[in-house]
Amino acid sequence: MTEPLIYELSSPGREGVKPPQLDVPESALPQEWLRESLPLPEVSEIDVVRHYLRLSQLNYAIDKGMYPLGSCTMKFNPKINEVTARLPGFAGIHPLQHTDVVQGALYVIYTLQEYIKAIGGFAGVTLQPAAGAQGELVGVLIMRKYHLDRGDVQRDTILVPDSAHGTNPATTSMSGLRVVEIPSDARGNVDLDALRSQVCERIAGLMFTNPNTLGLFEERMEDVVGIIHGCGGLVYGDGANMNALSGIMRPGDAGIDVMHFNLHKTFSTPHGGGGPGCGAVGVAPHLVDYLPGPIVVLDPNLEEEDDPYFIFHEPPKSIGRVKAFWGHFGMMVRAYTYIRMLGEVGLRRSAEHAVLNANYLLSRIKGVYPLPYDRICKHEFVVEGRFKDAPDVHALDIAKRLIDYGVHPPTNYFPLIVPEALMIEPTETESQQSLDNYADILLTIAEEARHTPELLHAAPQNAPVRRLDEVRAARNPVLRYEH
Amino acid sequence: MVYIPHTDAERQVMLAAIGVESLEELFWDIPEKFRYPQLDLPEPLSEMEALQELQFLAGLNLNANTIPTFLGAGAYRHWVPSVVDYVISRGEFYTAYTPYQAEVSQGTLQAIFEYESMICDLTGMDVANASHYDGATAAAEAVIQAYNVFRKKRTKIVLAPTIHPHYRQTIGTYTQGMGLEIVGGDDPSTTMEQLIELVDEQTACLILQTPDFLGQLHDLAGVADTVHARGKDAQVVVIANPISLGLLKPPGDYGADIVVGEGQPLGLGLNFGGPYLGFYATRSQYARQMAGRLVGKTVDIEGKEGYVMTLTTREQHIRRDKATSNICSNQGLMALAATVYMAALGKTGLRKVAELNYHKAHYAAGVIDAVEGFSVVRRKPFFNEFVVRCPAPVEEINAFLLNGIEGVEIIGGYDLAQDYPHLTNAMLVAVTEMNSRHEIDLLAEALEAFND
Repeated sequence: MTEPLIYELSSPGREGVKPPQLDVPESALPQEWLRESLPLPEVSEIDVVRHYLRLSQLNYAIDKGMYPLGSCTMKFNPKINEVTARLPGFAGIHPLQHTDVVQGALYVIYTLQEYIKAIGGFAGVTLQPAAGAQGELVGVLIMRKYHLDRGDVQRDTILVPDSAHGTNPATTSMSGLRVVEIPSDARGNVDLDALRSQVCERIAGLMFTNPNTLGLFEERMEDVVGIIHGCGGLVYGDGANMNALSGIMRPGDAGIDVMHFNLHKTFSTPHGGGGPGCGAVGVAPHLVDYLPGPIVVLDPNLEEEDDPYFIFHEPPKSIGRVKAFWGHFGMMVRAYTYIRMLGEVGLRRSAEHAVLNANYLLSRIKGVYPLPYDRICKHEFVVEGRFKDAPDVHALDIAKRLIDYGVHPPTNYFPLIVPEALMIEPTETESQQSLDNYADILLTIAEEARHTPELLHAAPQNAPVRRLDEVRAARNPVLRYEH
Repeated sequence: MVYIPHTDAERQVMLAAIGVESLEELFWDIPEKFRYPQLDLPEPLSEMEALQELQFLAGLNLNANTIPTFLGAGAYRHWVPSVVDYVISRGEFYTAYTPYQAEVSQGTLQAIFEYESMICDLTGMDVANASHYDGATAAAEAVIQAYNVFRKKRTKIVLAPTIHPHYRQTIGTYTQGMGLEIVGGDDPSTTMEQLIELVDEQTACLILQTPDFLGQLHDLAGVADTVHARGKDAQVVVIANPISLGLLKPPGDYGADIVVGEGQPLGLGLNFGGPYLGFYATRSQYARQMAGRLVGKTVDIEGKEGYVMTLTTREQHIRRDKATSNICSNQGLMALAATVYMAALGKTGLRKVAELNYHKAHYAAGVIDAVEGFSVVRRKPFFNEFVVRCPAPVEEINAFLLNGIEGVEIIGGYDLAQDYPHLTNAMLVAVTEMNSRHEIDLLAEALEAFND
């Protein structure tokens, strides 16, 4: 049974929730500017509740079961976060109220900036970026402006490893810079010879993901950073995989100049079906003045005996703001709550168990699913979703068959350097039972691939819909309800 | 340990299965000198203690929902029906990821399809994407779309001086590496005719806002035709307030090429500035040049209707450095909230909310104008926000409204001198359905009292 569109539940004249009565005299409306019709649905409140509840039931979610999407860090979203973010004193404040009457909110922003500095080993942090990709944009624009300010106008090139997230090259282009791709070596690391062959005075920097998207720690990190710094470039850290490192290592200590953190990955804020996120950016001392403004600082004019007072501050060489107001404050409250409850030990234990879980799951399926790089992994790992003796079976078939067993598939076909990639990130919040269940399903599917591949090709059969025709959707786009 | 389910026994079994002795051994590939730094974080709290701490911090803020508030300037205090938070609090929605696995994400996908449809209805456009971070970034992406439509050959952007200052700054930040020339100046009295005169054949787009940052409504009749003629199809981008579109003719009816705006008024709380919602709609011929996710309708192998993300070759995960934007995460849950808001109010409800805003703002303008020394600027029609010329600096008046009268606390309007240095003593006052007649009268009385 398909759920109709909300428009299809509409009945002319039916009213939903009622706005308040007008309690002032009417004024003349600008007649020539009034719209003739507003074709929104006409439904009652119970229609709305039932419709969206039924839609919700068509979704898979972390609250239903394991969701091991590689690179996405689908960990448990603590319920306390939803309570704190909705406290009326946070949810009900206007972003332009006088700073005197929002000191509690500014304290949260300031303190979270300090926490991220401590966790990342950075000298400055902005919480303004709305998502990881926007954090990348901030980072690359900072690198660009830093070079320009030093008269290094020829630095127009960003090096990007071939295992990088697609946002890295996309961000580079958006910043008006040129992308040069660097291959990976046989151990899954950035190829140092290839890197050395590219360095020159045109290099603005490198975008570096560590652990990389293969889930492997870049063992030659110090060499990589040294090569880039040696040619006058800066190293951008893509923090999407920080869940492997928080409390274990601070990227700033290893020479990363600028890096984004995904609060919606590492710090447990929910993904919301695609967003909102929060892409905090940390920078080394030489880049602090370039951060997008405003950031929150302690009022420098305070005397020692005064109570702390927080103000907005515009960094002097700022690249400029990247969105209206101060960032996703609601997400900051959630991440603050999380870090406050975990502390240093809790963060470290989370990273350790994220890595334990990934290696354990890998140990359960190793030898059955081809493993292109056989090393201790970090928070995630990549196997090939293909078998020599089942040539017609692809990663996509395995992913869809997992749905039939009631669990969510891993990321597939990424990173691009592994054929038929299945990228698995269980996160620390899964128990051994949960991992064993997932491993058992993967092993069963591997057997099915050999003996009953038609089950994989036909999958999913146990989902709200079967495989959907994406080609048709792209060729004849139907992108809205037609009245 | 909070949120980690492992028992000691399980941990030992798992380490043995991996073939290592300890958790530390899993990190031996990290240079030793970097391992296990001290983090300088406070001691962890229990859930109860964390809640108490955050309740205390929240209590230090003045909640705009509890007192008369006349502050807008891009974020508006509107009534949010209970059903909105009910829906977005469902774990099936808020703990799901981006709907890459369509078969188990039909709830999210169909809701986005409904959102896209409603945004098209509201703006009078053909196609809307699944959202941007906020109104400011949606405006910046509109500039980039226009730049791309002309294959990066046209480098002039005409920005109306009355678009939200944060949007103007965001556009500047986004495009700083593109070598664009942004014109239009910062004099808010610039007329539409003067702006249009800046458009030429090197112009990628003209961006205007209505109601603009000063609350003024602009007559869009003929603007698109003139700009298209002068600028050889230069794009017309309109930034709109979605509540105003419950009442006013949509920009699409006037020939706009791109309509964007801040979706926060559609059922999202104030939240100190975010997360909000950037809505974005354009004409169908530009569907392949727009940024962001799009959801389309299709069928499964049995012919059953379903929804998928589509035209993904525009996006970064496929196109990498050739993508239309680097956007990945969007405002999915906020788009859902707006969808539920628009569905719950529906055709007549949204119109009523828009009328309430209009009538109450005009009533407020009348009573404030009657206060000696205060005058409402009425050069152009307005919707729910207007400029008041004041007898003193706005900062002084606002301090008086908040603390100056025993038993009265009012959050006054926005001080325009922050953005337009010559607009001293000018307050931007926003009035929504949340402001009762009593609150409005109280504001006028308080302004009277300020005179004394």
